[in-house]
Amino acid sequence: MEKFTTHTGVAVPLRQSNVDTDQIIPAVYLKRITKTGFDDALFASWRKQENFVLNQEPYRNGSVLVAGPDFGTGSSREHAVWALRDYGFKVVISSRFADIFRGNSGKQGLLAAQVDQSDVELIWKRIEEEPGTEVTVDLEARTVSVGSLTVPFQIDDYTRWRLIEGLDDIGLTLQHEEDIAAYERQRPAWLPRTLPART
Amino acid sequence: MPSSPSPFTAAVASDSAPKTLAEKVWAAHLVRKGEGGQPDLLYIDLHLIHEVTSPQAFEGLRLAGRGLRRTDLTLGTEDHNTPTQDIFKRIADETSRKQIETLRANAEEFGVRLHSLGDDEQGIVHVVGPQLGITMPGMTVVCGDSHTSTHGAFGALAFGIGTSEVEHVMATQTLPLAPFKTMSIRVDGHLRPGVSSKDIILAVIAKIGTGGGQGYVLEYRGSAIEELSMEARMTICNMSIEAGARAGMIAPDQTTFDYVQGRPHAPQGQDWEEAVEYWKSLRTDDGAIYDAEVVIDADQLEPFVTWGTNPGQGVALSEAVPDPEAFGEDNDKAAARRALEYMDLVPGTPMKEIPVDVVFLGSCTNSRIEDLRLAADIVKGRSKAANVTMMVVPGSQKVRIQAEEEGLDRVFKDFGADWRFAGCSMCLGMNPDQLESGQRCASTSNRNFEGRQGKGGRTHLVSPVVAAATAVRGTLAAPSDLDPVDA
Repeated sequence: MEKFTTHTGVAVPLRQSNVDTDQIIPAVYLKRITKTGFDDALFASWRKQENFVLNQEPYRNGSVLVAGPDFGTGSSREHAVWALRDYGFKVVISSRFADIFRGNSGKQGLLAAQVDQSDVELIWKRIEEEPGTEVTVDLEARTVSVGSLTVPFQIDDYTRWRLIEGLDDIGLTLQHEEDIAAYERQRPAWLPRTLPART
Repeated sequence: MPSSPSPFTAAVASDSAPKTLAEKVWAAHLVRKGEGGQPDLLYIDLHLIHEVTSPQAFEGLRLAGRGLRRTDLTLGTEDHNTPTQDIFKRIADETSRKQIETLRANAEEFGVRLHSLGDDEQGIVHVVGPQLGITMPGMTVVCGDSHTSTHGAFGALAFGIGTSEVEHVMATQTLPLAPFKTMSIRVDGHLRPGVSSKDIILAVIAKIGTGGGQGYVLEYRGSAIEELSMEARMTICNMSIEAGARAGMIAPDQTTFDYVQGRPHAPQGQDWEEAVEYWKSLRTDDGAIYDAEVVIDADQLEPFVTWGTNPGQGVALSEAVPDPEAFGEDNDKAAARRALEYMDLVPGTPMKEIPVDVVFLGSCTNSRIEDLRLAADIVKGRSKAANVTMMVVPGSQKVRIQAEEEGLDRVFKDFGADWRFAGCSMCLGMNPDQLESGQRCASTSNRNFEGRQGKGGRTHLVSPVVAAATAVRGTLAAPSDLDPVDA
């Protein structure tokens, strides 16, 4: 995973609440078996509408999505994060994220920055007044800046640390192999095993 | 041999400070307590996999040269992409076929048990686990599917994960997680006839919102919950994710034990006694504190239905399409306006006057034998409205076989419904079972998102009995709206 410290890019206002992962990437695109190449699938239905924000200059090349509350609800599909990432997004800003989406983002180096709704409104105002405005997201300082406006965002300490260091979770967990093995030795025998199969 | 006592004992579960059910299960699975802001490392008792969210995880293992640590705690089934008719023919859709073939090859390579299309144990992953007795109280269960919360009905801590986490569990049988907060959803009183567990959960979501459960494990409790069957409890826990919660739980009781006992993978003999003794300790202690509490009065509940494009946009079936301007917050007003436009509905229209084109009875929410029996009871001896097509998709092959033994397939076919093979089907339309653009569906599934059941399709979420009554009347309807069947 690439290290993340700060990112500056064009901010895209998505004035909508409850953007579920079915909208971020419709199910028809989930049949692929690769982990990359999902840029065409991002918001596939909405992108067919001419007035959708990503079909407008200068938002086409945006890298910071500023969305309404409850972003990423619904299906656990990590493809939603892959699609945002493959399109070029580095950061999603919202006042509330669905838990699974937030977790998936952290595993793939996409920063889910939680900003108070009143501050999201201020960011929207700024970037709509001057479309194409760049925002800077500073993970060390946990701030989002647009021109003279700087607002804080929330992210848990552990995810922040992993993103800054660019660390892979599995490698970290395997450092605790002895603890895992010790736990396994004291699991009771009556817990189910899928093998051998009983039907 | 263990140097410390097993955490799976009643004594340890109820030590010291009063704990909630979720906290007990969490504590019993701690491999390592996180220090200095690090997450806890939690052991996973059961990992369920399916074709859609696993291929990239298997590929990740291969690329890193890692194995799958516990094949004996892993179970695969084919469900999201599978056709529900002509299942013994080659799958027509090439990308669907490729994904299923990839799962078969991965299962073979890594030694994972897989129930494939055509196998008697195949079906929706959340129907298959409980029916095999592989889901039990007090376990941790994960799957790359948000409706894994279903298994919480057994008092398991069960939640959906993304593909990176799927790979993590494959490699380590653990997950690093920060503890959830706990929310009590107490449903007092008793459900009235014609009102079901689906109506409870839709009412809960309408009350707390699609984001209300974020960060929480919901524990459903109270008299109305205790009176529910296991299948009805699964429906409630299934849709916890629609309230934003990753997991929902119900404390195990005699209903739970009776359901598990005798199933293929259930403990037997002395093991059974030991397991039940432990399971009985998995109740929230008196004096335990929840981070949030919600109370619902079951006596006041009516059949519920959604009008919008998220599961929180619902009303009682006896009410009308709401006016967006009546919502308090600007965001909610905008969302309601947008939803009504998509749904092609006019504020003030009584819900019961809305005609539908399709009725879908199925999905991991409502496709178990009890759901099919309840719906069959309604349609038996009645005629289907001419404007409606109805599709019945059992949750698993086992459910299908049982339904056929009970003659339910005959009832549905005589009524004019389509009787299909098991799978996720029209809940998400990854297979050919999709709405056409503009079609309106009364669906027993869990999500009414834009385009979920097919591009341009419109979804009203309902219970199985409301789905059945709707198929009879042709407009959204409760069983009480139907004329009695001639004797």
